[in-house]
Amino acid sequence: MKPSVLTGEHYMTGDEACAEGALAAGCKFFGGYPITPATEIAERMAARLPGVGGTFIQMEDEIAAIASILGASWAGVKSMTATSGPGFSLMMENIGLGIVTETPCVIANVQRGGPSTGLPTMGAQADMMQARWGSHGHYEIIALAPASVQEAFYQTITAFNLSEKYRVPVLIMADEIVGHMSEKVRIPEAKEIELISRLTPSGRKDRHKPYAAGPNGVAPMGAAGQGYHMHITGLTHDEKGYPAMSVDAHAEMMDRLMNKIRNNLDDIIITEEYLLDDADIAIVSYGVSARTSLAAVDEARRMGIKAGLLKLVTVWPFPEEKIRQLAEKVKGFVTVEINLGQIHLEVQRCAGGKAPAYLVGHPGGTIISPDRVIAMLQEAF
Amino acid sequence: MTGKPKKAAEINQMAHPLDDLLRTDRIPHIWCPGCGIGTAFSACLNAIKASCEDLDKVAMVSGIGCSGRGAGYIKLDSFHTTHGRAIPFATGLKLGNPELNVIVFSGDGDLFAIGGNHFIHAARRNMDITVICVNNLNYGMTGGQAAATTPYNAKTTTTPVGNPESPFNLPLMAYASGATYVARWTILHARDLTLSIQEAINKKGFSFIEVLSPCPINYGRRNKEKSLDTLKAYQDKSIIKNNAHPADLETDFSKSIVLGKFVDTDRLTCIESYDKTCRLG
Amino acid sequence: MAFWRIPLDAEQIDVTRGIVYIIEDRCKGCGYCIEYCPKQVLAFSKKFNKKGYHLPEAVKPDDCVNCHYCENICPEFAIYSAEASPSAEAVSG
Repeated sequence: MKPSVLTGEHYMTGDEACAEGALAAGCKFFGGYPITPATEIAERMAARLPGVGGTFIQMEDEIAAIASILGASWAGVKSMTATSGPGFSLMMENIGLGIVTETPCVIANVQRGGPSTGLPTMGAQADMMQARWGSHGHYEIIALAPASVQEAFYQTITAFNLSEKYRVPVLIMADEIVGHMSEKVRIPEAKEIELISRLTPSGRKDRHKPYAAGPNGVAPMGAAGQGYHMHITGLTHDEKGYPAMSVDAHAEMMDRLMNKIRNNLDDIIITEEYLLDDADIAIVSYGVSARTSLAAVDEARRMGIKAGLLKLVTVWPFPEEKIRQLAEKVKGFVTVEINLGQIHLEVQRCAGGKAPAYLVGHPGGTIISPDRVIAMLQEAF
Repeated sequence: MTGKPKKAAEINQMAHPLDDLLRTDRIPHIWCPGCGIGTAFSACLNAIKASCEDLDKVAMVSGIGCSGRGAGYIKLDSFHTTHGRAIPFATGLKLGNPELNVIVFSGDGDLFAIGGNHFIHAARRNMDITVICVNNLNYGMTGGQAAATTPYNAKTTTTPVGNPESPFNLPLMAYASGATYVARWTILHARDLTLSIQEAINKKGFSFIEVLSPCPINYGRRNKEKSLDTLKAYQDKSIIKNNAHPADLETDFSKSIVLGKFVDTDRLTCIESYDKTCRLG
Repeated sequence: MAFWRIPLDAEQIDVTRGIVYIIEDRCKGCGYCIEYCPKQVLAFSKKFNKKGYHLPEAVKPDDCVNCHYCENICPEFAIYSAEASPSAEAVSG
C-alpha cells in the first residue's frame, strides 16, 4: 500500500493538487471521463488510487461518471469526479439526484471558456451560476473556488469534509488557469489533516429511517450491504425514503434540504479579507481572479485608493450577510470574474442599492489584468 | 423455487411467500391490471431468495419508468435512480463494495434508449452485475410512446400510423458487447425465468436477461391485443432454443419468438481484471 | 392440460395436494391465474374487492396439486398455494 498523503513539498499543477487533496481526504473512488482542462485530475487518480486501495474507473461519459460516484458513495466510499463545462452540463441531472438523495460526493469543474465547446484549453469562470442553478428544481448547494495550487489541495479536503458533514454534493469550481499552473504545494502530515466522515446510523436496523434528520438537519447515512434495507429514490420522499407524492411531503423534504445548508451558513461559508477593514471600495472575487484582485488592491493602495479584497472561498452558499454589512460602510463594490457578470449580480442584489456594484468581467480565455481593475476604480469612484 | 414447501397449518393465511422480501406497506403496486412487470419482479424475488445466502448483501438498482419502480418494492437496499442511469449507478455501487450482489431491474426504454450506451459499456467491461430488462415494447409510464424495442409497424402514441423504425435485438446487443450470460424469457415462462435469473445472479460477470412482458393498457390497447392475447402469443409463438445464435433472435411477433439461454461463458470480470492489471506493485 | 397417456405407475404416485390462498385486496383481476392453472382450479367469482376488481375463486379446490404456477404468474403477489396434508380439506382463503 502506498501513502494516501504525500507529506512534503511538491511542485505540481492545480489539477494534480486537487487529486492529492482528494486522496488525503480519504477518497477511494473516482469515476471519470477525459475533458480538457480537467483530465489531469483523472490521470493522477488513475495512477494513484489502486495503490491506496481505491478504485478508478473511466466511464463512458460524464453522465455515467457522476452516476457511478453516487453509487460508490452509497456503498460507503468517499467518491469524486472531475470535469469541465460540457461535462458539467451533462452531470446536472445527477447532481440533482445527489442533492435529493443527500449523497456525499465531490465534483470538480475546472472551468474553460464556453458556451458549448468554447475554449477548451483556456480558462474562464463562467459556470458559476450553472453551479448554483444548473440542475432543475430549487436547492442549496456548496461550491468552493481555489485561487492557487495550494488551495486546490486544501479546498478539495474541505469539499469532502463539507460533503460528508452535510450530505450534499460539493462542487470545486476551479478554472483552467489554476488547474494548469504549477506551483509549490506543501502537503502536511496525515495527522495534521482534519477529516470528517458522514454520521452512521445507530439503533435497530429494521427501524432505520434514511431521512430522519438529526439536530443539524442531516440524517445519519447507512451504506448498502449493512443490513439497513434502505430505499433511496429521486422522487420526493418521506423520512423512510418512500416516494411521497403530496404537496405536504414535498414541502417538508424541501424545507429540510434547504435548511440543512441555510441554518449552518457560519460553518459552511469561508471568506478571506485583505485590507478590507478601512476600505472604501470592496473588491469581491474568487478563484484565479482573486489573484488579479489582490495585485489590484496593492496597486490601488500605492495610488492612495482605499481598496480592499473580499475573497470568496465558498462561493455558494453566497455570503449574503457579509455583503450586506459591507454595503453599509463602503462606497461601492467591484466584482472581478472571468465571465460577463454572474457573482456580480449577487453582489448587486445583496448590496440592495446601498452601494453601487461594478463588474470587471471578461468573456473568457485569459486572466483579467489588474490594470483593468485599477481603471474601473479610477473611473467609477 | 419457492423455498421449502410449507404445510398449510404453518402458513399465515394472508402472508404471501414473498412478503418477507416485499415492502408490503407499498403493495398493491402501481402496475396496471395485466401488466407483466409484477410477474417478472416476482420471478426476480424468487430467484434472489433461492440464490443469495446473505440478503443484506443484495442491492437492487432501477432507472425510471414502470419497471423502474421495481426497486421501490423490494425490502432490501434499493436505489431508484435517474432515467437511463441505473447501470452506471450500479457500477459505482459494485466497485465501491465488491461484496454486494447488484441487480439492475429496469425497462426497455430506460436500459436501451436513454441508457443504451451504459448497457453496452458495462457489458464490454464485464461488470459483475445482473441486468433484468422487462421489455414491454413501449414507454408505458408516459402513456405508450414508441421505444427502441417497438416492433416495426406497431402503433404507439408517437407512431400513430405504425412504427417506421425497427427494434433492437437485445440479446444480440448484449452478446456483441461482451455479456457473459444472455437469456430471454417471457413472463409466461415464469419458472424458466426464475431459474435463469438464479443462474444469472450466481454467474460472475455481466448477465443479461430480457423478459418479454405485456403492457395491455398502453401498448396492447393500440395494437388490438388484450393481455391474455399477448400471453397466448407468447405460448403459441415462442420456441425454446438454448444456445441459439444471438443474431437469430429478432422478435418478430408475426413469426416466432426464440427464448432460452443463449450465452453462458466466462472471462475476467471488471474487478478481477482491475485487480490483476492495476494493483500490481 | 390433459396427458396423452396415463403413466403406468399413476396409481402408486402420491400426487401433492395444495390449498390456494387469495389475498383479495391485492388482486387486480387480470385472470392470469385462472387462464393458466393447469388443473382449472380457478374461475372468476362474482365477488369484487374493495377496489372493484373481479376476484378469482377456487371452484375445484380439490384438484389443486400445489404446482405454484398461479403464485408465479400472478403479477400482484395476490395468490399462492401451500401444500395440504393428504387428508385436509382444500379451501380458498
